[in-house]
Amino acid sequence: MKAVLTGNESAAWGARLSRPKIVAAYPITPQTTIVEKIADFIANGEMDATMIHVESEHSAMATCISAEATGVRTYTATSSQGLALMHEMLIWAAGARLPIVMSVVNRAFAPPWSIWSDHMDTVAERDTGWLQFYAENNQETLDSVILAYRIAEDRDVLLPAMVTEEAFILSHTVEPVEIPDQGAVDDYLPPLDLPHRLRPGEPVGYGSLMMPDQYMEIRYRMARAMRRARRVEEKAYEDFWDTFGRLYAPVEEYKMDGADVALVIMGSIASTAKDVVDSLRERGRKVGLLRIRTFRPFPAEEVRKALSSMDAVAVLDRSYTFGHLGALATEVRSALYGSSPPIKNYIVGLGGRDVRVRDLEWIVSDIEKVAKEGLDREITWVNLRGGEE
Amino acid sequence: MVKTSLPREEYLISGHFACPGCGAALSMRIALKALGKKAVLSIPACCWAVIPGPFPYRNLEVPLLYTAFEVTGASVSGLSEGFKAMGEDAIVVGWAGDGGTADIGLQSLSAAVERGHDFIYVMYDNEAYMNTGIQRSSATPEYAWTTTTPVGKREFWKKGWKKDMVGIMVAHRIPYAATATPAFPEDMYRKFKKAASIKGPKFIHILSPCPPGWRFPEEKTIEVARKAVLSKVFPLYEVENGRWRVTFKPARFIPVEEYLRMQGRFRYLPEDAVRYVQETVDREWERLLRKEELSKEGPIW
Ligand SMILES: Cc1ncc(C[n+]2csc(CCOP(=O)(O)OP(=O)(O)O)c2C)c(N)n1
Repeated sequence: MKAVLTGNESAAWGARLSRPKIVAAYPITPQTTIVEKIADFIANGEMDATMIHVESEHSAMATCISAEATGVRTYTATSSQGLALMHEMLIWAAGARLPIVMSVVNRAFAPPWSIWSDHMDTVAERDTGWLQFYAENNQETLDSVILAYRIAEDRDVLLPAMVTEEAFILSHTVEPVEIPDQGAVDDYLPPLDLPHRLRPGEPVGYGSLMMPDQYMEIRYRMARAMRRARRVEEKAYEDFWDTFGRLYAPVEEYKMDGADVALVIMGSIASTAKDVVDSLRERGRKVGLLRIRTFRPFPAEEVRKALSSMDAVAVLDRSYTFGHLGALATEVRSALYGSSPPIKNYIVGLGGRDVRVRDLEWIVSDIEKVAKEGLDREITWVNLRGGEE
Repeated sequence: MVKTSLPREEYLISGHFACPGCGAALSMRIALKALGKKAVLSIPACCWAVIPGPFPYRNLEVPLLYTAFEVTGASVSGLSEGFKAMGEDAIVVGWAGDGGTADIGLQSLSAAVERGHDFIYVMYDNEAYMNTGIQRSSATPEYAWTTTTPVGKREFWKKGWKKDMVGIMVAHRIPYAATATPAFPEDMYRKFKKAASIKGPKFIHILSPCPPGWRFPEEKTIEVARKAVLSKVFPLYEVENGRWRVTFKPARFIPVEEYLRMQGRFRYLPEDAVRYVQETVDREWERLLRKEELSKEGPIW
């Protein structure tokens, strides 16, 4: 069924089609309309789930964790401050190997207060053991919720997953979206079968104190699950293509054939960048685009394959990890270690600042210059009032 | 020897990691005798996160989910709704310390009680953060020494009366709240039985003496707990739908001094402080009796 949906309605539809039994969430702009939509679905009997109106995001995640531990599928959604408040429980969900799925509407951190988009919130949770998928548009926002459950709940994975969409740019903007058929989703996504679920009468203890002679193996198994998620993800995309006719990949190569320089981007900026690449290509400029959809596990091999023969690579971060480079630039650099073309990091679009066609065109010109003349600097902040020091 | 009527079944089996004389281990033993096999525990960071033993040991015959320090309220909500969705018949029990309840966990507990999920929440109250080494909590009694309220030259002991958790719970119009202590095992057993028979949120406040934290010999746990009740420091009562009922009215009270002087944590207490405690518990006892009387006419929340 085709419909015109906002990003948040798309996320809510993704949740509805995935049939979680428990939804626990707390309001924060711009996530609110996801939960409101789900409340409507439940109120109208279109979704068979219990909504738990928790008093904080910390409790939202804690509630999902305990509910999921009984073997039910759970869902939540948040943004920015709410995600940061959850931090302790994000680590808990991953450590407890509970495949909870959460939509995150990317929003900048305070202070100063901002409700607009950047990736700082989810990038800051990179190391919590969650799978991370960054959507480029509303269709992908919907599809990725279903995909996330499928990948996260696989016995080889059993790690939680977050699906991100950017504040307002996607969350409150309508696009035509294909809503998958419920029957097809049910075939694609079987009910959760959690191997370590709690049951009354079965005395087990999950999460007890563990001594140094055992702890490390538990973390290694999580690392292994993250690695195995790569293969599970591929299969999930293949089956998704067969069932729904839409193709996803951990990295999307756009006009990379014959490119000398490449832009590397996560999220919705990639849409604008595709237009920029198209028009520059028409003018004979050899530029391509690599969109990173899966940030965790990081598709290092695909990135290496796509980028190692470039003359120069421009990595755009809609976030910044204070003290060095943007997180995506750091990952790309480490993926290319040993065979690396010059990589320049462009910090863009923090706090919802528009990343315009002309900003992207400037970045392409700049990286072309790097390709010819070598790296002038490692990192630059784009479209900064007053310029950089 | 007094014979108790408690069932013989044990759900706390031998080999626990509690200190000798731990009131919290004893309380769990009695509670599980009342709740039986259907109990599923959620335990946050506290002494009881250690008492079951490190992996792969386990001294409980019921399932147990370990959770973060401040989330017991959220956890029992999730467990309760999760089991409901799964069609499982469970008695969901949150089992947290006083710090995890009255301080860092108060928010999630308040929310869980307000929403009204079906669970029993137990605050075993050893009156300080014991797991981390006897730091004060808001449930530490006034005048108690702790490692963060040491008795020095300029600053000494805990200031301010202990937080009234049952009062806070009753203000939520909770269907059932009660106090209990392992010195009165049958009273405790009956309260757990009753809690299990009531739908919705239930709260049980257990006074749980801690020999190393309160500074008394480990064989005195029951005596200390008993004296807390006999001195009016810790009255035994329950509040069912706003009806207050004192479940044990001593024929003869003892002076608080007898209770306080048994414990090293009150060692420095001057006479005027003892007097103040006596006056306060006397007044509180009268207030409790009045609530019991008045609530016969209608609930007092
Ligand atoms: C967020 C967080 N802060 C602090 C701690 C450290 N911590 C673990 S147990 C504990 C004290 C628990 O005290 P209480 O709830 O009274 O239980 P008790 O140890 O006395 O049984 C503290 C402070 C923690 N685990 N998590």
